[in-house]
Amino acid sequence: MPNYEKTGVLSKKDLKLPSKKQLERGVAVIECVQGIPCNPCVDSCPVNAISMKDINALPIADYDKCTGCGKCIGICPGLAIFLIKIKDNRALITLQYEFLPIPEVGSKVKALDREGNVVDNAIVKRVVKKGKTMVITVEASEDLAMDIRNIRVNS
Amino acid sequence: MRVNGVPNVRTCIAPLKNDIKVETQGKFADLPDARFKSNPKETVDVDILVVGAGPAGLCASIEATNHGATVILVDENLRVGGQLIKQTHKFFGSKHEKAGTRGIQIAKDLENEVKELEKKGRITLMLDSTVIGYYERDGQKHKFGVIKRDDYESTLYEVNCKAVIFACGAMENMLLFPGNDLPGVYGAGAVQTLMNVYGVKPGKKVIMVGAGNVGLIVSYQLLQAGIQVDRVVEAAPIIGGYHVHAAKLRRCSVPIYTSHSIKEVYGDEKVEGAVIVKLNENWQPVKGSEEKVDCDTVCLAVGLTPSTRLLSQVGVEMEFVPEAEGYVALHNDSMQTTVKGVYVAGDSSGIEEASTAMIEGKITGVSAALLLGYDKKAKALKKQYIMELERLRDGPFGEKPRVAKNKIKKLLEKKHA
Repeated sequence: MPNYEKTGVLSKKDLKLPSKKQLERGVAVIECVQGIPCNPCVDSCPVNAISMKDINALPIADYDKCTGCGKCIGICPGLAIFLIKIKDNRALITLQYEFLPIPEVGSKVKALDREGNVVDNAIVKRVVKKGKTMVITVEASEDLAMDIRNIRVNS
Repeated sequence: MRVNGVPNVRTCIAPLKNDIKVETQGKFADLPDARFKSNPKETVDVDILVVGAGPAGLCASIEATNHGATVILVDENLRVGGQLIKQTHKFFGSKHEKAGTRGIQIAKDLENEVKELEKKGRITLMLDSTVIGYYERDGQKHKFGVIKRDDYESTLYEVNCKAVIFACGAMENMLLFPGNDLPGVYGAGAVQTLMNVYGVKPGKKVIMVGAGNVGLIVSYQLLQAGIQVDRVVEAAPIIGGYHVHAAKLRRCSVPIYTSHSIKEVYGDEKVEGAVIVKLNENWQPVKGSEEKVDCDTVCLAVGLTPSTRLLSQVGVEMEFVPEAEGYVALHNDSMQTTVKGVYVAGDSSGIEEASTAMIEGKITGVSAALLLGYDKKAKALKKQYIMELERLRDGPFGEKPRVAKNKIKKLLEKKHA
């Protein structure tokens, strides 16, 4: 039994990690590890970088094909896709955010890991409204690129 | 409660109006037959009666109407949509099942479709109404009593139909523990109604019991409403709901305690806290592991039971199927029960979820229309819906409903071999 079935928290071992080169280009990291009947990510990808055998299979991201466009981020109903990019020795993490208040571009927010621990201070670089979903890009420490998966807005 | 002198009003769901007089009543009220007798009882004839305007009932009504049948759609609430009107999260599935669309939006889309059909005189919508019983079967004719509420008074209708679709949904399960009757102990559905329909916070600090999809989703919605979720406790050794829902909670720093349950709730007049206990591999409490946790709300998300009382009264064959979470009507691929013209769809045919409920609704709508002789070409469409349903159930999370539906099918075959 994988540990995340008990805890709800994935470890890096559960994921296919992109290489440094791939991260420098920017790739969509899919943290969807169970076969649930769902496939909008596949339809959203303009370069067919996400594949699924059938609707109940796991989505597989091809990091070499992925252009890092981020179209799949705001689509995922499970909020399970993150765009990760390394630029100028900083990590850029793009995620879905569904809480109020919506942070302002340029503001500082707390960066949280998969267990909700505060691991860094991050700077909000971009906020895109997709229906009622916010797709937010934050900048944080490079070495936390594969750890930061949520933000908390200081109120 | 008594409203404007009318007894037995369910004030928790009755609309609030200016200048009404609300009183507590004694245990027994007078039988209101005098009022029924003085009210003219209307008799209505229709092709198909649909009971319940949730995802299954709405889709059934739209489908049946599109194939030419006339429909009366009855729901006890003031709005159509059933549980969809509280589902603020995005749905899974494919484009076909409106994946990525929030449940509240799906409810609006279906409501608009039904309202259009109502304007055209194809669907009669009876809201704030209850189907109270089954009275007569005469060949292809079924007679039901329906009560419609208006200003807390009720009017009785006699509805005669050629087919009926039961899409009555389900009831939340309760859990036995000392203090479970204290104000502040809620079902997850009630918490969702308060928050997402009425905009009322149910409390300040919540313990969620149950880590199935309902428990996980409602916990997340509580956080979105600005309410603290102290923890989620789950008696099973693993999280039952989707990992993606659990992950959303965990990264908001809400812990999930598997192999833990609630032992009791304490408080003077209302919930002031709960005792949480660890369970061993035999699901028995581990002595000395009790932990007192302060909270003002305990939310129970411990499963659902299909609502089937009307089906029993109709006299269809029922069986207890554990994987369907209770007694269910035996039904075939067309969702027809053992009584001709009586169909069942959605959670009342076995607990599952909204996407499959919508397809089951469509299957009943098209099947009933076919039975009544409308649109013979619709057979191919019915086949397509059945295939879509099988496809959605094909994964690991579809196993339980898959087993349930296979058992129901086998029981039906055995009885009618």
